[in-house]
Amino acid sequence: MPDLGKYADTVLSAYAVTIALMLGIVVLSLIKGRRVRAQLQSVEERTKHGD
Amino acid sequence: MKALLLRDLRLAFRAGGGFGLALAFFLIVVVLVPFSVGPQSDLLGQIAAGVLWLGALLACLLSLDRVLALDWEDGTLDVLATSPLPLEAALSVKALAHWLTTGLPLVLAAPILGVLLNLPSPAFGPLTLSLLLGTPALSVIGTFGAALTVGLKRGGLLLSMLVLPLYVPSLIFGAEAARRGAEGVATDTPLLFLAGITAGVVALMPFASAAALRINLR
Amino acid sequence: MSIWEYANPVKFLRVSERVTPWFAWGAGLCLIVGLVWGFFFTPDDFRQGSTVKIIYIHVPSAFLAINAWIMMLVASLIWLVRRHHVSALAAKAAAPVGLVMTLIALFTGAIWGQPMWGTWWVWDPRLTSFLILFLFYIGYMALWAAIEDPDTAADLTSVLCMVGSVFALLSRYAVLFWNQGLHQGASLSLDEEKNVADVFYQPLLFSIAGFVLLFLALVLYRTGTEIRLRRTRALIAREVQHA
Repeated sequence: MPDLGKYADTVLSAYAVTIALMLGIVVLSLIKGRRVRAQLQSVEERTKHGD
Repeated sequence: MKALLLRDLRLAFRAGGGFGLALAFFLIVVVLVPFSVGPQSDLLGQIAAGVLWLGALLACLLSLDRVLALDWEDGTLDVLATSPLPLEAALSVKALAHWLTTGLPLVLAAPILGVLLNLPSPAFGPLTLSLLLGTPALSVIGTFGAALTVGLKRGGLLLSMLVLPLYVPSLIFGAEAARRGAEGVATDTPLLFLAGITAGVVALMPFASAAALRINLR
Repeated sequence: MSIWEYANPVKFLRVSERVTPWFAWGAGLCLIVGLVWGFFFTPDDFRQGSTVKIIYIHVPSAFLAINAWIMMLVASLIWLVRRHHVSALAAKAAAPVGLVMTLIALFTGAIWGQPMWGTWWVWDPRLTSFLILFLFYIGYMALWAAIEDPDTAADLTSVLCMVGSVFALLSRYAVLFWNQGLHQGASLSLDEEKNVADVFYQPLLFSIAGFVLLFLALVLYRTGTEIRLRRTRALIAREVQHA
């Protein structure tokens, strides 16, 4: 860790917030993506067999 | 067009039409301000111009959903959309009716309420003028918001959320004009910008409002 | 081979499935290079001390916050004119990413400013404009969420995006008028003197590239999700009809 001096809290909290928010949107996007993909698959199965 | 205007005005003045509601809200907000910031006269005097602008702006918001909601419910909007009168013109008339029944009374009430907030005397003129120039824009922008949200149940809150950011430029220049007036400094620049925004909005926004309304009427 | 071929949802899905991982890995690489280089291997600034390191996250996020909205505007226009659903869904997909970029810009901006300006928040024109942009993103997303019919929602949000863009520009200048501000001059201006020093500039470029690639990867992925969601709803509606 470089010597951040008296601004250590400032810099680290800025990076922490950024990483948290970035991870947040990535994770949320992936979760929604998987869920929708699974939903589509199950509906497609149903309609294929139902016809 | 005149018939539409008169009809809307008559509807607003009828009992339950909402006329006076905006004025009452304006008064209540102004009365609440000293309770929230304390009664010191000089503090109130400093913030009076801004508070009056903000109060007028919020009061305008109140009656916006009425601009289109009632006509949506009873099918009048469908009739208006298919009438020979261009929808843009009809919406401009509705915005005008809104201004006459909401904005204009606020303009007239503001100086009186200014006394309650210890508004400095040189500010009265610029404040009233800025509200006079700015409130028409608020009505027109509000009509756009109403057109966007007209079909929605509980559209009122969303309407406020969409419209308030659009009010920022008018608010900035209007309140600045009033503040400069209070200090006795020249108010031409903000008033000019304010008038420019209103002119642009009045001329162009009805097209966006009509587009939004046509989408909703499909 | 024109770009309009990708307006076909199936084709879009196929291509984006292949391309998105590249963008994602590219993003990770550029971000790691940029941020590690910037964080560990650059000197402190004479006046700002180690807080200058926040530049590697604040500038790219601010840059993307604005460009995400511009992308949404273009996508909305394409939807209104050419009625390509993929375009409308791309705008919808980009909004939350743009919102997060705006939030990052706001938080890092405020945190960076605190030791310099003495308070956690100042109504500086740049920060204030980003706060207003944040409100526009929220309004846009709220309108999408409030309307049931997808085509109506796409149309209304497109109109809102266009009107919002005009007012966002207006607000930018109004806010400048309102408060002349403490913010330093543009970091990336073409004016050599105002430019951030070279030693900071190079890792910054990597970081910006990383943020851009991340944005692209996320939007491509999310648009795919929206396309699938739309198809799911269409199939369910057809099911209900047959029943």
